[in-house]
Amino acid sequence: MENKKVLEIKELMKNDLVDSVDMNKLNDLKVKYLGKKGLITLLNSEIKNIPNEEKKEFGMMVNELRNDFNNYYENKKQELESALLNEKLSKEAIDITLPSKKIKRGSLNPMTRITEEFEDLFVSMGYTVFEGPELESDENCFQKLNLPKGHPARDAQDTFYLKDEVENYLLRSQTSTAQVRAMEENIDKGPIRIVCPGKVYRRDEDATHSHQFMQIEGLVIDKNISMADLKGTLEVMMKHVLGEKTEVRFRPSYFPFTEPSVEVDVTCFKCGGKGCNLCKDTGWIEVLGAGMVHPDVLTMSGYDPNVYQGFAFGTGLDRMAMFKYGIPDIRTIYGNDLRFINQFDRKDDE
Amino acid sequence: MLLSKKFVSDYIDLDENLSITDIANAMTSVGNEYDYAGKLINCTNLITGEVVECVDHPDSDHLHVCKVNIGSEVLNIVCGAPNVRCGLKVVVALPGAVLPLGEIKKGVIRGVESNGMLCSLAELGLDNKFLKPEDREGIHELPSDTEIGIDGIKALGLDDEVIDFELTSNRGDLLSVIGMAYELGAIYSKKVKDIDLKYNSNDDDINNSFKIDIQTKDCSLFLAKKAINVTIKESPLFIKNRLIASGIRPINNVVDISNYVMLETGQPLHYYDADRLGDTLIVRNATDGEKLVTLDSEERVLSSDDIVIADKEKAIGLAGVMGGLSTEVEENTKNIIIESAIFDSIKIRKTSKKILRSEASNRFEKGLDPLRTYMAIERSCALLEKYADATIVGGICEYKDLVISDTSIDITLAKIKSVLGIEISKEEVIDIFNRLGFIVTDNKESLNVVVPSRRRDIKIVEDLIEEIGRIYGMDKIEGKLPVLDTVKGKYDKTKRAIKHKLADLGLNETISYTLIPKDEVHKFTKDEFTEVMLNDPMSEDKNTLRYSLIYSLLEIYKYNKDRNNSNVSIFEIGKGFYKKDNEYFEENKLCVLMSGEYELDIHNEKVDFYHLKGIMEELLYFLGYDNRYSLLINDYIPNELHPGVSAAINVSGVNVGVIGKLHPNVIKDNVYVMEINLDKLLSIKTGSMKYKDYSKFPSIYKDAAFILDNKVTNKEVLDTIKRAGGRLLSSVSLFDVYENISEGKKSMAYKMVFTDPTKTLSDEEVMELFNKIIDKVVSSFNAELRDK
Repeated sequence: MENKKVLEIKELMKNDLVDSVDMNKLNDLKVKYLGKKGLITLLNSEIKNIPNEEKKEFGMMVNELRNDFNNYYENKKQELESALLNEKLSKEAIDITLPSKKIKRGSLNPMTRITEEFEDLFVSMGYTVFEGPELESDENCFQKLNLPKGHPARDAQDTFYLKDEVENYLLRSQTSTAQVRAMEENIDKGPIRIVCPGKVYRRDEDATHSHQFMQIEGLVIDKNISMADLKGTLEVMMKHVLGEKTEVRFRPSYFPFTEPSVEVDVTCFKCGGKGCNLCKDTGWIEVLGAGMVHPDVLTMSGYDPNVYQGFAFGTGLDRMAMFKYGIPDIRTIYGNDLRFINQFDRKDDE
Repeated sequence: MLLSKKFVSDYIDLDENLSITDIANAMTSVGNEYDYAGKLINCTNLITGEVVECVDHPDSDHLHVCKVNIGSEVLNIVCGAPNVRCGLKVVVALPGAVLPLGEIKKGVIRGVESNGMLCSLAELGLDNKFLKPEDREGIHELPSDTEIGIDGIKALGLDDEVIDFELTSNRGDLLSVIGMAYELGAIYSKKVKDIDLKYNSNDDDINNSFKIDIQTKDCSLFLAKKAINVTIKESPLFIKNRLIASGIRPINNVVDISNYVMLETGQPLHYYDADRLGDTLIVRNATDGEKLVTLDSEERVLSSDDIVIADKEKAIGLAGVMGGLSTEVEENTKNIIIESAIFDSIKIRKTSKKILRSEASNRFEKGLDPLRTYMAIERSCALLEKYADATIVGGICEYKDLVISDTSIDITLAKIKSVLGIEISKEEVIDIFNRLGFIVTDNKESLNVVVPSRRRDIKIVEDLIEEIGRIYGMDKIEGKLPVLDTVKGKYDKTKRAIKHKLADLGLNETISYTLIPKDEVHKFTKDEFTEVMLNDPMSEDKNTLRYSLIYSLLEIYKYNKDRNNSNVSIFEIGKGFYKKDNEYFEENKLCVLMSGEYELDIHNEKVDFYHLKGIMEELLYFLGYDNRYSLLINDYIPNELHPGVSAAINVSGVNVGVIGKLHPNVIKDNVYVMEINLDKLLSIKTGSMKYKDYSKFPSIYKDAAFILDNKVTNKEVLDTIKRAGGRLLSSVSLFDVYENISEGKKSMAYKMVFTDPTKTLSDEEVMELFNKIIDKVVSSFNAELRDK
């Protein structure tokens, strides 16, 4: 009799549990079967009316019924919750193609980048980056570099002199003036190893000349420095900045502050030395001037040329940047158009 | 310096296999660069011919139809030149000839066949300055004895090749054909041939009738000779052509000879019309304000830095630069005085820079070899006798205030090796010196080298080493790295770190010009200083060295805005210059300018003061100045900033910079700038970065919002809260502001964090402190607690 009741509820449950499509209905069912007055709960109170020998079987049947419901309930609940969450997530979907919340792209100036490339190389070789003033005396910029007043080689550098009682101060026209500074400031007159990058100024302006531009000067003074050391150093430098395939060529030349002096060419980075319009079919591009520090220059700054000799070199950083990045006109660099500056905002290929 | 191959071949036998480019490249490898190396006349397929028939073109009023015999055949050629006529010897461009104006093709001109062109000199591409009117207007008339059927350029004597050298300023000796011959001789191991200086003198002596009187130290050597009864006429073809190849316009035989000898020897000469000169020639410094009409008919006002040639009354020439009009050699000149002299190179340089740079002044400036001064005057006499029918008067006027000597230098092989870094034998060294024409004596320990006076650039051992390097081949030096002590390399890390920090914060680094207009230099600062100006600016807008960088960055902003880019966030580190108490100073300054959008999303949020303030705080924190700076409103703020949106940046009591919006009088746009004197800022020491212990006990967070008068600043409230909160208040920050919540009032909400590093705080302790803070704020500002 009582078992029959269980079977009826089981039958009823079979039908009920099929269409519980949402959480509310599912919870109603839980009340209907397992609530305080739920059908299964009520079955428990029937047990006292069951003969002892049947109690065990009845108990097992009720338990099975409860387990069936619970299993169904948990599964269904999980299923419904997961459906609900998915629906919520799908409503939260965004347009991932909308623009990002990026802040403005910053960038270092290409001149800073190229300067740092030079600095890093030379610092790694034990050089000190030396910064001299841009406003210099005629004495430091010229006279102590073996260019007395009236020297014809001064013509190559049309200099800005300051309005002054005496024409003795100027905007430096070459970073070579750092040679003098470095030697004079070195009290013990011992070895020197410096590079000096910085701004220089000349009365000159066209597509390849700006009245303000940047140079880097190098100076090494010690007891056994030779032209071979100069060449090796420049080879390392040019390969570092312009690529491993770059070759260096020395041509004799003349600068009043070095003796011997050389002009230095590198293999044309456009054609690789085969010859093109950039290198005027020579395969070579002139990039810097260098030489052994003139004994008079050493002497004037307190060094004994019988003990010390050294090399010096100087090159235009703007030209290097133009070569390296393919900038056709120097005025682009100093135009400060953001469409130009913005481009130098990523890691460069090593 | 234009070098003619024919000209230099008078003095050295060059191997016929050498092309002009070979020679030019060989010269480059010893340090003498060139611009151009090639033919003087770049034309092909020119041939000499004779006009054997010349009739008017049936269908033209100016064309002629000519039959031209070129030896192998007779060509029918239509010619428009007015001077074409039967019997004329001409230069014919054959079909296929390439001329500067293009290629010549067979054609039909107004119905008449034309198989070539009769050429004018202009059509051959000769520089304009060498052309006479007839060279442009008509075809060139060859001498009647010209052979027909031969190369046209050769018949003109213009079958020469030239190298246009760009010489270094120390090699004055190469401004002469003989000097070039010595250089080529060193390269190719060839001897230089002697120059012909032979001529006859009459029995008279110039000193009988003529005197020189040198009254200045600026003339160290002065020679004068006299040539009489000269015939002024056209120069022989070879002289004219060599002048042309060397870039000098032929005038007449006498003038041409002076130029010819200058080209040969490098010694500029001056010829005077003796009959207009008087009996005394004076060399002296000009007086200030003295006037002289030079050869170009210009009146020049002189100063005591100029050297003049004068007669007893007045200046008649500007020494070394330009002769005077009154004693110029003219068509009817009969007798001439030849001057060959050395003037002070620096004085000549100054005068020529002021008046005219000429072939002569260029040579004086570079310095001259006194032996050539003698050689040139002798050579002049020889050529005047030969090509101007001159009789040379005996004797010479000579003034000499210098010692002519060769330079003797001792050099060791060890020194050569040590400077060049090469392995070279003594024999190789001696060979190189010999090739250069230097005299070497081997003294075992060292070599003694005697350098001839023509190489005035060689004075010391290092100069000789350069000569070795040049001829040995500088490029043959094998590179190696110097062997040096290992030392630590150093650079300015701070400046670099600042640049990287600001770039990382989204700013673009600019590099602008130091030179700005004077009107702008005192703007954007209240500092008092004397501006630094240029003596000779290129333009008025670049006549002064900047003090502040703000002007430059504002110009960059305007430039970019004009190009439709108004989102400008830029920075620059550069020098500011000034003068104080007659001393010059330069300081490193950092300038930031921001305008437009900083966050580049679709919300279009514009830059405001607080963006820039954020950049400033980030930078000062990064540099170690956290808690040591404040923004002050004081009289350090320049007038060019908005008075209500600006402040002085004060670090540890020092005004190091300014920040704010640009005043609408400066620019209408919303532009924010900051400038910091980096030298001033970085001189304020910061401690090194050290670990600080933090509390292991939990913090308690409390919020409180107050209604305050609009004029109460955040800083005032913060300071009050901090004072009241004491040690246990570990931080406080403003997290919300409602402006104008009611008339003249705003709401400000603060978050406070309470922490005790030694124990867990109890709620009671915190509430007590929190209430004390609230009471203090309420009583201090007459505020109202809005919420807690």
